[in-house]
Amino acid sequence: MKKEYDIIVVGAGPAGSMAARFAAEQGVSVLMLEKDRDVGYPVRCGEAISKVGVEEFIPSDDKWIAAKISKFSFNAPDETEVILDFGEAGYVLERRIFDYELARTAADAGTEILTRAYVNGLLFDNGKVRGVKYEYYGEQKEVKAKVVIAADGVESRVGRWAGLETHIDFRDMESAVQITAANIPVDQNTLYFYFGKDVSPNGYFWIFPKGNNKANIGLGVSGLIGKKKSAQSFLDDFMNKHYPNAPVLTKIAGGVPCAITLKKISAPGIMLVGDAARQVNPLSGGGIASGMIGGSIAGRIAAEAVKMNNQDHILNYDKAWADRLGKRHEIFNRIKEGIYNFSDEKFNNIAHAFNKVPYDKRTLGRLFTTALINQPSLLVDIVKVFVV
Amino acid sequence: MYRQAKTGQLMIEILPDKCDFCGCCVGVCPEDAIELKEAEIFILDPRCTNCAKCVWSCPIEVIKFNKEGVMK
Repeated sequence: MKKEYDIIVVGAGPAGSMAARFAAEQGVSVLMLEKDRDVGYPVRCGEAISKVGVEEFIPSDDKWIAAKISKFSFNAPDETEVILDFGEAGYVLERRIFDYELARTAADAGTEILTRAYVNGLLFDNGKVRGVKYEYYGEQKEVKAKVVIAADGVESRVGRWAGLETHIDFRDMESAVQITAANIPVDQNTLYFYFGKDVSPNGYFWIFPKGNNKANIGLGVSGLIGKKKSAQSFLDDFMNKHYPNAPVLTKIAGGVPCAITLKKISAPGIMLVGDAARQVNPLSGGGIASGMIGGSIAGRIAAEAVKMNNQDHILNYDKAWADRLGKRHEIFNRIKEGIYNFSDEKFNNIAHAFNKVPYDKRTLGRLFTTALINQPSLLVDIVKVFVV
Repeated sequence: MYRQAKTGQLMIEILPDKCDFCGCCVGVCPEDAIELKEAEIFILDPRCTNCAKCVWSCPIEVIKFNKEGVMK
């Protein structure tokens, strides 16, 4: 452990680990700090990801794949089911192993890692971030760095301390609860999504299989809904109705910041990645793949800035992210807002209409086109982000 | 025991025994008034304005108004 590093990463989730790895691969010194005792635990995630999203960063490995996904099942309020078949398109992960492996790749590249290190403040030099303060087994400590990369998740306090506007509007926060249950007899290669005001208003309820009839079952609700009824209460209703006796193996809470990326995700000495930067796909709520992409870009640029001894280079990160995914997320957000307030009747009608499309012609693009046929401006957006 | 603000007004409280330490409340807090460690959470009294956004954003109903109610 040194007194000073080129780069400090706060948080060892997928975004933090990729930031650390891509920086360390360029030969700069990197320290990654994690507040919990374990990397990868507790898991706060539905754990679904596309195969492409994973394999950009790590070869697929059965030890962290709980289920291989080839189909989506969308379920309308009147229980009409729409099935889309993609071939082998994605996974439900075992994130406590997956995150561990990602951190291991960062370590292999030369990153030092410390768990149970709770970052509770920043060091500044002439108004510029110059390191972190942290608590480690009850002792208050400090460590300096040229660049701090904040991967501190939905809380995003590190960026706030650096003067960036990271606070999320409570209407954009999808507060989620999920159980992993046994004896859930669903198809083990299908992701199930349920819609409707009684099940999950303004979002979706999910059942994601985890192999051997285990499944992640949960939902998120925005603060506007949460004012009246909590995610927990919706989950209880669903389980009582469908699986009243299912054994619960795990129960977790978590927040998904379902919004477009923050306006500013870097400043001299500081960069934000993953949930902390709001790099979540606002339509799906998925953030593992996009967080890894954000982390990898930030890590690369941070290392370049250190090697060039040019702090201003950090500011190129905002544009690099916008070009790679940020602008795409703005389109996803417009589509999300287009379907946000659909009535149960509208969802039912979409399902009935789409079920007339032949099985082999069904795509997500076509489904959204069916859903938003009366909103021409959004049809243009759909063409930009989906194969129709 | 309910916490009391400087104004004498009763305040929001977190039930630490029921908390999952997920961070939703921290993310939506406009005042950065919630401290969250691995399995420890508390409100920084002088910063809290009772805005209630944390209450609405808690997925498992662990943040409560006091018995008088301070909901605006």
